[in-house]
Amino acid sequence: MTKTSRPQKKRLVDYSKWGYFFIAPFFIIYVIFSLIPLLSTFVYSFFESYRIGLQQVGPNFVGFANYKAVLESDFLKYTMNTLLLWILNFVPQILVSLVLAVWFTSSSLRLKGQPFFKTIIYMPNLIMASAFAMLFFALFSDKGPVNIILEGMDIEPIRFLTKISWTRALISIMNFLMWFGNTTILLMAGILGIDESLFEASRIDGASALQTFFKITMPLLMPIFIYVLITSMIGGIQMFDVPQILTNGSGNPNRTSMTLIMYLNRHLTSRNFGLGGAVSAFIFLMTSVLGFFTYRSLMSQYRKSPSRKS
Amino acid sequence: MTTETTIYRKPKGNVFLQLQRRLAYLFLLFLAAICIFPFLILLVNASRSNAQIQVGFTLLPGKFFVTNFLNLVQDPNMTILRSLFNSVLVSSATAFFSTYFSAMTAFGIYMYRFKGRSFAFNFIMLVMMVPGQVSALGFIQMVTKMGLYDTFLPLIIPAIASPVVFFYMMQYMESVLPFEIVESARIDGANEFFTFNTIVLPILKPAIALQAIFSFVGSWNNYFMPALILSSKNKKTIPILIAQLRSADYMKFDLGKVYMLICLAIIPLLIVYLILSKQIIRGVTMGSVKG
Repeated sequence: MTKTSRPQKKRLVDYSKWGYFFIAPFFIIYVIFSLIPLLSTFVYSFFESYRIGLQQVGPNFVGFANYKAVLESDFLKYTMNTLLLWILNFVPQILVSLVLAVWFTSSSLRLKGQPFFKTIIYMPNLIMASAFAMLFFALFSDKGPVNIILEGMDIEPIRFLTKISWTRALISIMNFLMWFGNTTILLMAGILGIDESLFEASRIDGASALQTFFKITMPLLMPIFIYVLITSMIGGIQMFDVPQILTNGSGNPNRTSMTLIMYLNRHLTSRNFGLGGAVSAFIFLMTSVLGFFTYRSLMSQYRKSPSRKS
Repeated sequence: MTTETTIYRKPKGNVFLQLQRRLAYLFLLFLAAICIFPFLILLVNASRSNAQIQVGFTLLPGKFFVTNFLNLVQDPNMTILRSLFNSVLVSSATAFFSTYFSAMTAFGIYMYRFKGRSFAFNFIMLVMMVPGQVSALGFIQMVTKMGLYDTFLPLIIPAIASPVVFFYMMQYMESVLPFEIVESARIDGANEFFTFNTIVLPILKPAIALQAIFSFVGSWNNYFMPALILSSKNKKTIPILIAQLRSADYMKFDLGKVYMLICLAIIPLLIVYLILSKQIIRGVTMGSVKG
């Protein structure tokens, strides 16, 4: 009796087509608002199309001329600026985050007040970057609170935003503050995922904290470490709000803090679509190479995850 | 608690461990102070008058908080209340669209074995890392051709396709949503879309709430796209106002108003964060990707 009962009969109804219904909105919107714009951006990069005053020039097909023009412009300088600004915040960020993650997860240290510290160090990540930059601009302006404090200590006031190293340092400090909490939490999750018995075994064998870190924690943390590194690089390439607001879009002093997206933004606001397209294509190339590594690492972790059923 | 810790505590002879613990607390306090300090100055200066701010610095709050707020709100050049409203509107709509449709997409791929299923999944994962800025040029052109330039729709509608939110929902479903629930709804004769809305969505509530917060924050803080899409005065969102303030002649401004505007951009979210920080931090580790 039970063999001929309903479940088997029901299975004859094919529900799988419903999948298309559920994923349709995503794909329709993605194609219209991301894929086609991306392709048309590439198309624009082969045309001469800009404005002089009210007069529109082009679009005329010019082949790779825009790419050549971009490479001959200060594009490489801005790439180096972006890279430098990223390194200046990422190196201290990863060092501090690693130390904090090891401390937070250490079963021998047993630090108290962890929820409090985690809440505080993650906090700057949710702050509006442009408002944060405006705040730093106000704090470090010529007659701002920082200079007032310096004066109180009989130190000559510093005109922070006229100095190359100070401007870059301020941008890096802001990025550091905004991201080190996030990185710490990601690394912590990675360390907590390591089999506790490995740490126990190393403790019994009398390994020092440093030995445990370099021989056990670090090698097993590698996949997450690389994930953090690459996603941070992709984020670094997209650096915009902080230097844009801090330097009012100028990238001053002497465009040494001009980033790639600030350069792109310039072409977009001045409606030079040919050069803008070529700059976009270069940035796309850089992020896709990095993005592919992220994809691989995410997919391998995803396939390994125990919660996955099929 | 205290008895427990004394029982399990290692022998006190371990001087090195004690030292390391002290160092750790010291360093953590130092980092916490750096994180809090800028916001402390922000709050203090937002409560002081322009003259007070320029004369000297103190950690004691002043009495001008309300005055600065009223001055800012009544400034005819800033349209601050309008911008606050715009920002809340765009961010809420973005949060709704990104979570609802991501849950829908994830459910479609999780539940059904249709042709092209794994292609769809791999495609979304692959485009996850493509930054929106690289297609901005074509996006603006398309939006202009559609007659949507200087409207909120181009900032809201694309949230329907949010790969990161999708990935989070997908992982969440795999850990909490058994196929049997949907199958039993079928036996009861429920339509699949109805099942999704009435049975699946409530199960996903924690994930939706968390991702709604992240989407809201992302949209609230977004400066790049709105600055390129919105142009008229009454459409501006808060980050555009901040940029406008930065490009104006800064020293001529009432600094009390400047700090108050930054306050309004930051503090509301900060309060929400401090209430929900535990859940938010737990959520960071799952499916969160740097933007």
